[in-house]
Parts: sequence; C-alpha cells; structure tokens
Amino acid sequence: MDKKNIDNIIELSNELRWQIGDDFHDNLTEGIYADAANIVQDSVHTEKGKKRFRLDAKIDKIVTSKTFGFPIMFLLLGLVLWLTIIGANYPSSMLANLFLDTIHPALKSFATSVSMPWWLDGFLIDGVYLAVAWVIAVMLPPMAIFFPLFTLLEDFGYLPRVAFNLDNLFKRSGAHGKQALTMSMGFGCNAAGVVATRIIDSPRERLIAIITNNFSLCNGRWPTQILIATIFIGAVVPSSFSSIAALFSVIGIAVLGMGFMFLTSWALSKTVLKGEVSTFNLELPPYRPPRFWKTLYTSLIDRTLIVLWRAIVFAAPAGAVIWLISNIYIGDISVAAWLIDSFDGFGFLLGLNGVILLAYIVAIPANEIVIPTILMLTVMVTGISGGEGAGVMFELDSMDATGDILRAGGWTLLTAINLMLFSLLHNPCSTTIYTIYKETKSVKWTTVASILPVILGFIVTFLVAQIWRMF
Amino acid sequence: MKTKAVSSACETCSHFNAEGLKKLGINTDNFDFVVALAGNPNTGKSTVFNALTGLRQHTGNWPGKTVSRAEGGFEYNKQKYKLVDLPGTYSLLSTSTDEEVARDFLLFGKPDVTVIVADANRLERNLNLVLQILEITDKAVLCLNLMDEAKRNNITIDLRTLSKDLGIPVVATSARYKEGIPELIQTITEVANGNIVCNPHRIKNVPPNIENAVKVLSAEIKKEFPGISNSRWIAFRLLEGDTQIIEALKTGELA
Repeated sequence: MDKKNIDNIIELSNELRWQIGDDFHDNLTEGIYADAANIVQDSVHTEKGKKRFRLDAKIDKIVTSKTFGFPIMFLLLGLVLWLTIIGANYPSSMLANLFLDTIHPALKSFATSVSMPWWLDGFLIDGVYLAVAWVIAVMLPPMAIFFPLFTLLEDFGYLPRVAFNLDNLFKRSGAHGKQALTMSMGFGCNAAGVVATRIIDSPRERLIAIITNNFSLCNGRWPTQILIATIFIGAVVPSSFSSIAALFSVIGIAVLGMGFMFLTSWALSKTVLKGEVSTFNLELPPYRPPRFWKTLYTSLIDRTLIVLWRAIVFAAPAGAVIWLISNIYIGDISVAAWLIDSFDGFGFLLGLNGVILLAYIVAIPANEIVIPTILMLTVMVTGISGGEGAGVMFELDSMDATGDILRAGGWTLLTAINLMLFSLLHNPCSTTIYTIYKETKSVKWTTVASILPVILGFIVTFLVAQIWRMF
Repeated sequence: MKTKAVSSACETCSHFNAEGLKKLGINTDNFDFVVALAGNPNTGKSTVFNALTGLRQHTGNWPGKTVSRAEGGFEYNKQKYKLVDLPGTYSLLSTSTDEEVARDFLLFGKPDVTVIVADANRLERNLNLVLQILEITDKAVLCLNLMDEAKRNNITIDLRTLSKDLGIPVVATSARYKEGIPELIQTITEVANGNIVCNPHRIKNVPPNIENAVKVLSAEIKKEFPGISNSRWIAFRLLEGDTQIIEALKTGELA
C-alpha cells in the first residue's frame, strides 16, 4: 500500500465530487428506492380485495388519541403499580419470616456454638447477612410482579405509543421524542435508561436525555415510595381509602418526576444545550399478542434476577459499613452518631433529619437499601428496643411497627412527604453515574448529571418545609 | 447465484443435519465463522438471534431495543459459528451511534456471512437497507421474517424471483414460532462454506454521471487494494465525503 496512491484516490474523489454536484446524496437515495420498488413489483403480491379488519389501527386511534391517550397511560401505570403494591405484600412477609425469624437466629446460634468472636459474628451475620436478606425479602416480590407486567406491555407494543403521546411535550421542552422510550426504560433502571439513549441521533438531545433520566423513578426507589406512602399517607385518610391514597401519592411522585424531566430538559435546551429539535420517524409496530409464559420467564431471568443480584452485591458491603460506623467509637460516641449529629441541622432545614441524610450517603451504591439503613440508624439514635443491637439492620414484620419506630425517631407527615420528594430528587446511584461516564466520556457532564438532581432536591424539600411550617 | 456441487446430496439437506445442531449460548470460543445479524428495527433480529443461539437476549416490541451488539454461538455439523446481533437501523448512510455500530462491524469486522432480517410485511421499505448492505458484502442471506403476519395480511412473496433479483438466498421464517430456522441455519452454513456463491444486486438506478464517477474511482481503489469486494461502496462514500471512510482508507483498515 502506497500512501501517495491513497492520497491520489482521495484527491480524485474530491475532484469528482465537484463534477457531479450537490445532488449526489439525493440521487443515490432515489436510486436505491427505485431499485427497491422494481424488485418488490416483481416478487410481492398483496391481495387488496381481502383487506382484513384493521384492529391495529382501531386500537391506535384510541390509545394515541388526544382525549384518551393520557388517561389510558395513567390508568395502565396505576394498574401496574396497584397490582405490585397489593400483590407484593404476602410473599414479602413470608420471605421476611423465613430470612429474619428462622434463618437469622439459626445462624446466630451456630456462631455461638463455634464460638465466633463477637465482632466477626456482628460483621458477617448482623451486617452482611441481614442487609442481603432485607433486600431479597423487600425487593424480590415487587420486582417479580412489576417487571413481568411492564415487559408484557412492552411486548404487546405499547411503549412506542407512549412515545407518540409524549412526543409533543418533549418537543416543546426542546428534547427528542424518543426520550419517552428512554424514560420508560428508566422506570425499570436508570442505568439501562442511560444506555438506551443511544437510539437518539443528535448528541445534544442525547445529553439532555441522559441528564434527565434520573427523574424516572427507578426500581430501587419504587419500594421506598410505596412503603412510606403506605405508612404515612395512608394513615391520614380513613382506613378503607388508605391503599388508594397511597397509590395516588406514589403516582403523584412519578408524574412529578416526569414534570421535572420536562422542566429540566427545557431549561437545558434554553441555556447550555441550545439547538434545534431534530425530527425523526417513529414506526408504530403492529400489536403482537405477548407470549405470556415466555415473557414471564425472560423478564424474571433478564431483569428481576440481574437487578436483584446487583442489589445484593451492593447491600452486603453497605451492611458491613453500617455495622462498622455504628461500632467504631471516637471518644464516647460512635462515628454514626457523630455524623448524624452534624447533619441534623441541615436536615431540619430540608424537613428531613440527620439519619436520612446519612442513609442517603451510605446508600449511594444502591437506592434499595435506603429504608433499612434509616430504620437501623433511627433505632440506634432513639435507643428504643426492638432491634438487635447497635448497627444491626432489620425489618419489622408489620408496617405499623415500622411506622412506630420512625415516629419515635421524630418523623412527621412532613418528613414522610419530603423523604418521598428527596427519593425522587437526589443523585443517581453509583452504577448509573458510572454508566453516564461510560456513555458520555465526559467528567463535566457526569458531574452535572450527578449534582443537578441533588441541588433540585435540596431546593424543593427546603421550600416545602418552609411553607409547611408557616401553617 | 450458483450452487456448487457437493460430495453427497444428503449433506445439503436440513433433515440430515438436524441432529448436528448445538446451541452454544454465549460460548463463542474457537469459532470457524462469524455471522452478522443486521436489519431494520423491529423486524425480529433478536428473536432470530435467540432461536439460533438458544440465548434469551431480551426482545421487545419497540424499534431500537438493541443498542449495542450482542454475541452468541451455535455449532452445526462440527463447525462453530459466532453470531453477532447488530442494532437495527434504517440505513447505513447517516451517523447515529447505533448505525455506526452496525456499519463498522459489517465493514471492519468482515463477517463471513451477513444475515439480513427483513419484515415481510414491509419489504419495500426494508430493501433500502438490504441494498445498502449488499454493496458492502457479497456473502449474505435474506431472512424474510414475520411471515405469519404477512400471511394474515394476505401478502404473498415469490421467494425465487426475489432471490434471483437480489442475487442472494432468501429464507422465509416466523422466528417467534421457530418456523424456517432449520432452513436458515442450513443456508448460512452453505454460504459460509462457499457451497452457495452469491452474486449480490448492485444499485442500478443512478444517473450516468454518478455511475461514471463511481466506475473511475472504484477502478482506482481496486488497483490499490486488489481483492477488495466493496470498492464500489467505498467510492460512494468517498463521493459523499465520509471522513471516517477517508480515515480508514489512509490507515489501511479497509483492505
């Protein structure tokens, strides 16, 4: 290979490009289409007379209509959440029984029988094991219901219709219509949502989609929302309406997240990420009846178990960290107590408390462990009995007992509401942050995507707390 | 398209080899051939991929689900095949990330066989990509998928005429129901082993001045890289001023 010859070829191509003029691209494209048309004419035969009843078109007319499009979307989201909330209760308490009431004492007595040193026993069984057990008991049931339901909708072909409905809103925010698809993926997992933004061609719109994906409540945060809403929001209304009230407040938070997504997209596209909205074609694929059992199987293997595994991998070291900071003393107070004390002032301003802020720092690797961390730290601070000792993570069998502990820790309705808001508006988990870096290859944008939601969270919770306290 | 003589007629029969098929999942060590899976979004590429490898790559009914490439393998008749599932694209002419992934693999990964999955219900639109791929590679199989839906829509396709016009073998499948998959595997192996020699369609309806420019340029490229099969496509890209291709030409990656 001769470098000079290559340069000659490139030279020649430049010359020829001038000769053939501007229409090259269009001419080539037209040529391809003409060829395609010729080929199809000879080999494809469509029987026009027997055009069958177009069910697809009929369904599309309804689910993408101006009047029914949005209500149907919220109805489906509500239905999926409702089945998740109701359905997850029973298996959850069964698993908690098994892991915490049966296996945990057995492990403890085993440790005693082999005379394991107290710190190793505490570190492994009370720290690592309990964290993992909590994650499995609390997360597995809702995931095993939520993901298959979501996958069924996806297989049926509903997601592109959601994109179609939201396209106009995204366009008005200066973002790409396909962001609706990446947003939906984010409802499962933000890291997956960030990877999915590869379908967006324009780098500017892709960045917007990446930065704002965190506003989709992810799988690690749904259980937190559902739990807190059930305990605190459900309690303010008569008991026959408490499930409905909890459901609506969770949907409210999810919709608020979408609102923040539009708002932030709009703000970004008007300031640092200025540019034209690009157009695109979205094919509405035909509806396909989902293959029920196959979908159930693949969503269990592909999504549920993978996400669960990730949670376990992160929960184990986090459980260890919690146990350590609660058992290492500086002077006569533990590291955890000292940290909680120093965060308390700032926490109060936000309508939260030091425990919650510390929990969010410990839980950076995985949102899933926020609630157990909060419970454990609260028990430690208030000194009420019920737990297993300093730094031991646990789950109480009934929601009422969980609520009692939190109330003893000074929680009010404001704390609960602001926790739900802060759970929506805070930094993405470390996996997502790493994924954002891998996708953008930019420290700057990774930092923006990580810090921006926390700042929003501080502002929103601060405002809510101040307004709440005025009345 | 010519069919070479083989030692025994049995070897080309899909029933003969049905037991020689082994799905290898993600095990792609020591493969003999690389097979790329390309096609428009939402034509069922991932379903075909799963049917061939026994993997359960997540499939979904929305365009753009596969954004990076997935790999898997199968063994057939003692030969190992590595299968690469590429992101679905409408074209190879513009440059979003997923299109780039697909194009780069076809160009630089040099697959032994490219299986182009097309939606039988939307063949004309799908041919846009098919014809572009046929400019890049000359070992390809058209997998005409979603035949079950086409049947319901009263669409009939003359496979022999289509195969003759495109110059590559055409296999009709309904991958969701595993229909046509044995025939597809059989055809892939025959193309890989050179038992079927393709003579792919080249884009015809271009104005004479462009055709002439392409001819001149293509001849020069062939002179520099003897044995290159897609000089015509490189000429198209150079005329378009594609900087990535100019760069690849300079570094010799295309040879």
